[in-house]
Amino acid sequence: MPSSDDIASLNDVHFGYVASRPVLDGISMRIPRGKVVAIMGGSGCGKTTILRLLAGQMRPDKGNVVFDRQSVPRLSKPELYAMRRRLGFLFQFGALFTDMSVYENVAFPFREHTDLSEELIHDLVLMKLNAVGLRGAAYSRTNELSGGMARRVALARAIALDPLLMLYDEPFTGLDPISLSVVGQLIRRLNDALGISSVLVTHDIYQSLKIVDYVYFVGEGRILAEGTPEAIRSSTDPFVKQFVNGEEDGPVPLHMKALPLATDFLGRAIEERAQ
Amino acid sequence: MQRATIDLWVGIFVAIGVISLVFLALKVGNLMTWSNAPSYRVEAHFDNIGGLKLRAPVKAAGVVVGRVENITLDSVSYEAIATLNIDQRYRFSKDTIASILTSGLLGEVYVGFDVGGDEETLKDGDTIIKTQSAVILEKLIGQFMLNQASSLAQGDHK
Amino acid sequence: MNIANWLRALGQTTINALAHLGFIFRFFIAVLLNTPMAVTRARLTLREIYFAGVLSLVIILVSGLFVGMVLALQGYDILSTYGASDSVGVLVAMAMLRELGPVVAALLFAGRAGSAITAEIGLMKATDQLLAMEMMAVDPLARVAAPRFWGGVISMPLLAALFSTAAIFGAYVITVQLIGMDDGAFWGNMQAAVDFRMDVLNSVIKSIVFAVIVTLTAVFEGFDTEPTAEGVSSATTRTVVHASLAILAADFIMTIFMFRGV
Repeated sequence: MPSSDDIASLNDVHFGYVASRPVLDGISMRIPRGKVVAIMGGSGCGKTTILRLLAGQMRPDKGNVVFDRQSVPRLSKPELYAMRRRLGFLFQFGALFTDMSVYENVAFPFREHTDLSEELIHDLVLMKLNAVGLRGAAYSRTNELSGGMARRVALARAIALDPLLMLYDEPFTGLDPISLSVVGQLIRRLNDALGISSVLVTHDIYQSLKIVDYVYFVGEGRILAEGTPEAIRSSTDPFVKQFVNGEEDGPVPLHMKALPLATDFLGRAIEERAQ
Repeated sequence: MQRATIDLWVGIFVAIGVISLVFLALKVGNLMTWSNAPSYRVEAHFDNIGGLKLRAPVKAAGVVVGRVENITLDSVSYEAIATLNIDQRYRFSKDTIASILTSGLLGEVYVGFDVGGDEETLKDGDTIIKTQSAVILEKLIGQFMLNQASSLAQGDHK
Repeated sequence: MNIANWLRALGQTTINALAHLGFIFRFFIAVLLNTPMAVTRARLTLREIYFAGVLSLVIILVSGLFVGMVLALQGYDILSTYGASDSVGVLVAMAMLRELGPVVAALLFAGRAGSAITAEIGLMKATDQLLAMEMMAVDPLARVAAPRFWGGVISMPLLAALFSTAAIFGAYVITVQLIGMDDGAFWGNMQAAVDFRMDVLNSVIKSIVFAVIVTLTAVFEGFDTEPTAEGVSSATTRTVVHASLAILAADFIMTIFMFRGV
């Protein structure tokens, strides 16, 4: 049940892009203050949808989403925008503004939401870039950055206004092992240093178990398993075991649901013979 | 691109854009002479205005001195009433003759002023009394044919 | 039954088209309501005037010059048959001011600036930049759409005027400098025939209407892009095609109202 210790929570959330096919089918989860929570699951299981619901980008069909004691689906547009200033969002590939330099990207939230002087913005931007280790890249163009660097710049931009909660959408996708652990450690360090909370949507089980406090496994629109990293590692749940060990077949089947083989391959032959 | 460079280019762009608008208005559209210049209105009644159109020029001695502002039909006398907008700078005597003329065979139709000798000049709201209607080519040809036919007929009698 | 199906499809298409039109109109209103940022942070709009206007200058001036020169050559050829070669200036000025200036400038503008606007916004959408902006509590309609819209609406009438001016200059070069027509007759006949309100003002009105059509289409298609590489390319094509057709249709309607019965 939600307590005041939670920065955000989902209570029995139902959601579907089309009514006939629910993506989320009764999901409840809590994001405690100061913790890093991972949401894991196979591709297309609705992980990203959960982030979008948390950020108020979409409204659940049923159930409630709470952020900082406010019910997100009930917020008006100005209230929602006010809420998002306390929220940091890191996109899968960073989503840096390609028409601006690295410096201008990080300065963007200050320019849009504050009246700070140019000198102050300059100092703040370099501070934020320093926090992700990229002060030296301040005057580079965004297309000169590697994937990992772009994501770190985006991270600097996301933490610019000191959010209460950071949402990470697949932060590890497409990174080499070094960049991957750099980004992973950065997420953890920033979380503890800034005293914020983080939600991490990922399917990189190995990296995330090293840095998170709690894990939710999502599949078929519901929570299949949850627990601390230790509990997950020693879990005997067949789904968790399949995911952790990366087994090909298991509760998550290799084959998509389809007609029986005989019907698909021989169907026409059978029909033709019947005629 | 540096900010100052963008500013400069946008400044140049807007400046030459406005200059070309002014060019179109003054040099091509000849705004200077007409729309802003103070003017007065006079009316002229014609039996037939032919192909006279709105905004056709009014010329005196070949110089454009005004424009046709309005054309209506007097429902009593069945005359065409042309309202002429004349530049304030030019004064014309009361007995000026307004005629509807064509520049060249295919040229534009305009109102021509032939100035008379009256001491008094036309004022705003005045009516030009002496007018000469448009020459309708078809009527002329018709008349010519008629004359030819009748002279031929007379010749037969003789 | 075949006809019933056909009718149903036709009805569906009509309803979809109307709904799409309504959607565009709602987008238009939303952009207008989000104008304040484009005004208070003029630098954003200035940047768009640079991209839409300044970068279109060369193509507009060069095409204008050539259109004017060609029109003068052809016009001289035909008019001299009727002994009216003095009217070449009138022909070019009238054609440019009334129709070609606003229309051709708008078509070029759709191809040069409109497609660039759509591609830029579409790419921003495909790479989550618009969403990222929204997540940072910045409305993309105010930050991205409105400055581009106003930048285009300000640039386009100036470009149309420059296009007409370049064309008249081109005609001047051909008839006066090359053919050796009298300089005074060229300008004098033009001034006698061109009416400020009728021709110049209507030309500006047309170009403003076209500016709204092109820029709105470009910004809308950008926001409406399917966020894939293919989506961006087809949205860019749609901008050029739809804007061009809309320009020609709007030009026809405006010509009816402006020049009928004159």
